[in-house]
This record gives sequence, C-alpha cells and structure tokens, in this order.
Amino acid sequence: MAEFLQFFFSGLTVGSVYALVALGFTLIYNASDVINFAQGEFVMLGGMSTVFLALGGIPLPLAALLAIVITTAVGLALHRFAIEPARDATAVSLIVITIGASIFLRGVAQVIFDKRFHSLPPIFGSEPLRIGGAAILPQSLVVFGGATAIVVLLWLFIDRTLLGKAVIATAVNRLAARLVGIDTRRIVALSFAVSAAIGALAGVLITPLALTSYDVGTLLALKGFAAAMLGGIGSALGAVIGGLVLGMLEAFSAGYLSSKYKDAVAFIVLLAVLLAMPRGLLGRGKIERV
Amino acid sequence: MFHRTIGTAALGLAIMVATGISASAQIKIGAVLSITGPASFLGDPEKKTLEMYVDDINAKGGVNGQKLKLIVYDDSGDANNARTFATRLVEEDKIDAMVGGTSTGSTLAMIPVFEEAQVPFISLAGAIQIVEPVRKWVFKTPHTDKMACEKIFADLQQRHLITIAIISGTDAFGKSMRDQCVAAAPNWGITVAYEESYGPRDSDMTPQLTNIRNKASLQAVVNTGFGQGPAIVTRNYRQLGIDTPLYESHGVASKQYIELAGPAADGVRLPAAALLVAEKLADNDPQKPVVVAYSRAYQQRTGEAVSTFGGHAYDGLMILVQALQRAKGADRANVRDEIERTKGYIGTGGIVNMSAADHLGLDLSAFRMLEIKNGDWTLIPEAKS
Repeated sequence: MAEFLQFFFSGLTVGSVYALVALGFTLIYNASDVINFAQGEFVMLGGMSTVFLALGGIPLPLAALLAIVITTAVGLALHRFAIEPARDATAVSLIVITIGASIFLRGVAQVIFDKRFHSLPPIFGSEPLRIGGAAILPQSLVVFGGATAIVVLLWLFIDRTLLGKAVIATAVNRLAARLVGIDTRRIVALSFAVSAAIGALAGVLITPLALTSYDVGTLLALKGFAAAMLGGIGSALGAVIGGLVLGMLEAFSAGYLSSKYKDAVAFIVLLAVLLAMPRGLLGRGKIERV
Repeated sequence: MFHRTIGTAALGLAIMVATGISASAQIKIGAVLSITGPASFLGDPEKKTLEMYVDDINAKGGVNGQKLKLIVYDDSGDANNARTFATRLVEEDKIDAMVGGTSTGSTLAMIPVFEEAQVPFISLAGAIQIVEPVRKWVFKTPHTDKMACEKIFADLQQRHLITIAIISGTDAFGKSMRDQCVAAAPNWGITVAYEESYGPRDSDMTPQLTNIRNKASLQAVVNTGFGQGPAIVTRNYRQLGIDTPLYESHGVASKQYIELAGPAADGVRLPAAALLVAEKLADNDPQKPVVVAYSRAYQQRTGEAVSTFGGHAYDGLMILVQALQRAKGADRANVRDEIERTKGYIGTGGIVNMSAADHLGLDLSAFRMLEIKNGDWTLIPEAKS
C-alpha cells in the first residue's frame, strides 16, 4: 500500500506539470486553432529566469513574479511577431512557425542563461512528509495545489467575467464573435499571454523538484501535447485530466513494470489516442454544416 | 587596367601563399566535446581546460617551434552530432590529432572515423570498451568503468556490505558500468540482488527507489551514470528516507553534482581521481604537485571549482604534447607510436604507463575512494590489504 501511495504521489506531481502545459495548449488552440509547440519553452523560461534573477540578487518571490511577467511578455511577443502576421496561413504552417519559435527560444536561452542544470530552493523546505508510509516532499503538494488553484481561477474567469465569455465566444465561432464586436485578435493575444503565464508558473513550481536547464522544454511540450490529446484537444477539463492520467501512467509503469520505458509511455499514449480515440476522453467532435 | 589586374592577382597569390605557409606551421588538434546537453558539466570544464593550456603552450612558443591550433565542436551529448563533427575534423579541418569525446556514446560513434583516417584519438570517456579490445589509434585518459566497479567493491568488501542493488542510467556509460559491475561482482564476493534503471533526462526516480527501499535484504546501493540523473537519484534517495549506504560512480566527480544534490549528497561515497582532494593529499604523494598546480590554475582562470573531467582533458593534452615533442613533428604515425610509449607520466588521473596492449595506462591505485561530507570531498584512507 505504501508503495502504491508513493507512485500515486509521484504521478500526481509530474502529472500536475503536464496538466498545466496541456492547459496552455488547449487555451491557445481554442482561441486560434494553433497548436503552440513553444509551450514547453514557457515552462523553461519561467524556471530559468527565476534562477538567474535570484542569482543576480533579487529576492526569490520577486524573482518568480518577474519571471512570470517576462515569460508573459515573451508569449505576447510570440503572438504579435510570429503568429499574428501569419494569421491567414494554414494550420500546418502555423504549427511549424511555433516549432521554429521554440527552437529560437531555446537558442536564445543558451546564450542569455547558460547550458548547465539549475535548481531552486523548495518553498516549504526539503523535509519529506510521511503519509501512509509514503514520503512526499512538500513541494509536490505545492505543485499540485498550484495547478488546482490555476484551474479554479481560470474556470472562474471563463465562467464569471465578460472577458471570459468573449474567450468562449471566440472559441466557438470566430467570425460570429467578430460580428458581435469582440476583438478576436486581442482575445488570441490574451490566450497566448495566459498560456505563457501558466507555463511560467508551472516552471517555477517544478524546478525545486525536477531541476531546469535550457532544453527541458522540448520533452515537456511533447508530453503536454500527448496529455492534451488524451484529454481531448479543445477541452480544458480534459487537458487537466489528461495531464494527471499521463503522470500516473508514467509513475505506475516505472514502478510496477519497467523503469526503462518511462519516456515511451507518453508517446504510446499519443499513438493509441490518435489511432483509436482521436477525440480523446472529453473532446467533442467537430460538426460541420454543409 | 592591365596593371591593376596583375596587381590584384599578385596580392591574391601572396595572401594565399602566406596563409598557406602559416597554416602548415600549425599543429591542428581537434576536440569534439559535449559542452551543452546532459553531459555539460563534463564537457564544459574539458573545453575550458583545453583552451587554457593550448593558449599557455602557444604563449611559451608552441611545440617543436610550431603553434597549436585547437578546433572545438559541441556535440550536445548526441552521438550522431559527434560523428558528423569527427568527419568534418578529418576531411575539412585536416587535424593532426584528436583529444575529445566527452561521453562513451560519442566516443564509440567517432572511433571508426579516426581509425579509418589514421588520426591518433585520445578519448575523455569512461567505458572500458574504448580501449578493450585495443585499437591501434585510440587511447583514453579517464579511469575505466570496470576500475570504478572494482574500487567500489573493494570498499564494500571492507565494510562487509555484500548484497547490493544497482540503479543505472540507460546512457552508454551508465549501462556499460552496470554491465562491468555485474560481471565483476562475483570476483569480490558481492551479490547484485536487484536492479533498476532510469533515463538520463528523467526528472523523478521515486518509483524506482521505492522498489529498492522495499527490498529488505539490501546492504548498499550503487548508482552508475553521469550528469543530471545521479543528482536527482541522490535527492530522491534522501527524500524517501533510505539510509542504506549509497555509492556513485566517477561520473559525478564535479562540484556541480554536490550543488544540485544539496545536503542529500552527504555520506555518498565514490571513486575519483586525486584531483578532487588535491590540497588534502599527503605531501609525499607524487601526484600532489601536478594536481595542486592544475587545480589552482583552473580555479583562478575560470572562477569555478575543479572537476576530474577537466583533469582528464589536461592529461589528454599533455600526453599528446609530450608525444609530439618526442616525435619531433606532427607525423600522425610517429605521434601515435610516441603516445603508446608514454611511461611514468604523472597526471591528474594517476601515473600513466601505456603499452601496445594497454592504451589507458592506469591501475587501481590511480583511483581514490572519496566520501562527501558537509558539501565537500574527503579522502577515505586506503584499505590495508
């Protein structure tokens, strides 16, 4: 039982990060039909910026906040300079543009930061909590709590504010949204900004556990994408569930089956979803009127 | 108009001849290192060391009156990139010798290129397959993974810890050292009762370590691998409250491992070169002058603590330079022969005596057993056997 709990918490922690990355994918996809493969880089920028700002002497909480602000600015810049000028291009072209942007961001990170691994001090210390025989670091709970808080805040925003309604309207039918006076360009920019902020926060929270370096973004983006596909691309709740499920699958397969194929789990899931269940767990099919 | 054409042609010819002459007066040394990527804390000190000492040697007049030219490429820890750069070094840059190959994976990928081009290659990687079977043009400076296993087993024997688990990285070095340990264990009376593995880029090893923790009979755990993986294994190890003795390999012989693992690294034992405890060596230790000098020079020039990986690069370069001096020229076959004749070279890794059958030249005494205490390396006195 103790080891089941241990794997469960390990899966919960890493699953929370995947959930946040998948949420970022979904937000941008909903607003603009673009799959943003630079999502992983937002996580990397959040972590690395915090590390380097803290190394430069800025107190840690302020460094984290600044890092999130900087990453949000990067997300907005990505939209303004890479996506917006190409808004009439095909979906495939836009995806390739985001892949190019991710490579660019990684290259810039190598130059501005450095190529080593970095860590951050955990928020509540490194003494593990004993729950039912399993040892959990407080930071794991922080990651999960942070992810939950973000999901709740996002839901409140979408459901309770006018701007949130505008986001939903844009996701449902962009032309109709424009016809009722919603500035869809601003909404798409907003979705990029929010995705970047979410990614950055995830990066700040996970760095004390998983370390960070200039190239952690690639694998994270792929696994987050697998999680988003698993949950059903287009569904925010699906993204969160997909992320948690993927994290659990990884942890349990590493613990009970073989640890050699841990990385393969995400891709096996992706293949299985694309072949057998393209809509994912909670996705809706696209209905076209002819 | 005619004069102008003649003038430009003459100028062009002069430039070509001048660069041609100065180029052939240089000895070209190639280096393919993993400066970025998961092996960056190995490759980065290697690059800095090679550049530092090539500059120093050139400032003192070079070797045999010729300057050294160092050509460095970054393979980012990817063996495919290493192979491409090796081919470029041979075909385009036309190097005279190669010191590099940070990781076992990159080295093994590059060996066929240098063997075929007949260029002497001094590798900076760990696995024993690099020099066993002996290949004519390939040498190496770091201790082998087999020696690391044997040094660890000697210490385990002394502490009467005979049932162990091995958790290994799936990279070439981690896997190779795991294979060597499993093969050598019976000779030392050690039983490998359980095994786990992890990917070199994994960020969480608690599932594997939980399984290890639940095996009651284990008396020690050996982690083979390098780079970021062992740092996370060490952190997770303490997080789970496992107090069984933990041994690492020489793949973590860098202060960056201690920084990343934090207080979790206290109590970890590992075999490493004397370089890490330079100042703490006995005064009559033959290695002391060399390691203290390198250690101080590196720290002064780069502001970073010294690591054994930079030390291996230093040894590789010095062995090559001494071979060049004895060969009195850069003819590749002569240089290769002279590298093979290296005897009594006191380096950061140990005292090197190479031969036609031994392209490493180190024995077990070149490794020292270290323990990490309070974030620093301490020397464990040698077992009296």
